[in-house]
Amino acid sequence: MSSSPSNPLPMLSGEPVPVAAPVEQTNPIREAIAQAIAEHKVILFMKGTPDAPACGFSARTVAALQELDVPFAAVDILPDPRIRQELSAISNWPTIPQLFAGGELVGGCDIVIEMYESGELAQALL
Amino acid sequence: MASAEDIRQRIEAAIPGASAEVEDYTGGGDHFRATVTAAAFDGRSRIEQHRLVYEVFGAEIGGEIHALSLKTQTPSKIETH
Repeated sequence: MSSSPSNPLPMLSGEPVPVAAPVEQTNPIREAIAQAIAEHKVILFMKGTPDAPACGFSARTVAALQELDVPFAAVDILPDPRIRQELSAISNWPTIPQLFAGGELVGGCDIVIEMYESGELAQALL
Repeated sequence: MASAEDIRQRIEAAIPGASAEVEDYTGGGDHFRATVTAAAFDGRSRIEQHRLVYEVFGAEIGGEIHALSLKTQTPSKIETH
């Protein structure tokens, strides 16, 4: 019962990932995150899953999206600390959750809730 | 451990003209809620406004400071409310 149609980061699903090049030359996690952001119209990086959020801020953000009935992909950042590290490097945003729409950072929990309450969120996610 | 007062002073010292109200909402010195009013926010998106505040604390956010919930506004915004 996940809101995610597919696993946005299949490489982090537990399948062994072949490492062909030294870490200095490629950054597969960062690339996978950037690709997931580009490929999903609305994608939420959160602690836990939409069905089982592991943090109140993530839970509130999921609730706002579900209230608007917006389909979204979700990535749990908890299984590997490198996800959060690389995500924050890409987004220049230090906290989790982070909501992206159309490849752009919409905001963290505070901004998402503020936009939900003002009615701007639905517009931003179209 | 930081206090709400520390957080307030650091925000006001780092962002010119800012005034902040900070609350330690768990009492544990690591979860804070801040409302920051600054003319420096004028013309900036919400994301940029929040980044300005987060940048005051750098890597402490997510570290010693587990959560810093933000509401940012410009002085002109208050007058119209």
